[in-house]
Amino acid sequence: MYELLWRVIPGAWGVKVVLLIVLLVAVLAALFLWVFPVIAPLVPFNDQTVEETRAMSAGHVPAVVP
Amino acid sequence: MSGRITAGVVARVVVRTMGELSITLGVVTLLFVVWQLWWTDIEANREQEQLAQGLEEQWASGTGPAPVDAAAAPSAPASGAAAPGAVPVSDDGLLAAAGEAFAILRLPTLGADYQEPVLAGTATSTLQRGIGHYEGTTGPGQIGNFSIAGHRTTYGAPFSRIAELRERDPVIVQTAAGYFVYRVSAIEIVSPQEVAVIAPVPNQPGVAPTTAMMTMTTCHPRYSARQRYIVHSTFVSQVATADEVPTVLAQG
Repeated sequence: MYELLWRVIPGAWGVKVVLLIVLLVAVLAALFLWVFPVIAPLVPFNDQTVEETRAMSAGHVPAVVP
Repeated sequence: MSGRITAGVVARVVVRTMGELSITLGVVTLLFVVWQLWWTDIEANREQEQLAQGLEEQWASGTGPAPVDAAAAPSAPASGAAAPGAVPVSDDGLLAAAGEAFAILRLPTLGADYQEPVLAGTATSTLQRGIGHYEGTTGPGQIGNFSIAGHRTTYGAPFSRIAELRERDPVIVQTAAGYFVYRVSAIEIVSPQEVAVIAPVPNQPGVAPTTAMMTMTTCHPRYSARQRYIVHSTFVSQVATADEVPTVLAQG
């Protein structure tokens, strides 16, 4: 996989390294700015609120569902 | 290599690719942890500082969209309300436009410079920007239970040091109407489904409130969402300026 990447990237050895670093930074930025914020609500350790779940019977104080 | 494709070559390529994918996935997972524990704090701290500053400037200049005057608003559950305790979940329960900051929370126990913006609603995106007000619960100083939620870890972690609060510690909510002074009255750790903690009378759902309470909820233990850390406070007094807060605290 990475061997193929190395072969696909054009240029001499030095150019390849520079291009790879640019690519790496771009991937990191994409992860930090778009991918992780989308994933974060899906992981289970981010809830701070109390909320009623389906398991609870009706008749309680209506809770805020975040 | 001669370019001849043998079964051995194919097997090696497959195994190597799987290995590389596994390592990549591991690195990305580690990066996610770095992002969650470090980067979200940096982003949210900047945002929360701006929100609190914006509110103060707005109040100082007296311009801009007037934040909710919680004290002047009719106290909903006090009298005439259909069913005390059964506050309907609706957009009307918001104290400002959803996600908009309307108050600043101050916890002198955690330092004189502790100030965190309180936003309307408890949507996930709102809590990532500051403390959220449970819609449907009452406003600051009103009869009932002014309830707010905030992150204890990550996203600026406004409630990271909440466990340092002790009974009778002051809790101050500043709005355009002034300073609402509370004192911590009870601390408990409950399950995430325990919605009764934000009932108008905490832990007594359905009972009509007669006092002004406030409840802060956050996760517990730290870096987990298994339980909730709950701090209840009782309203002491409302004052117009920050200078009067120590006087009120000295009396009560």
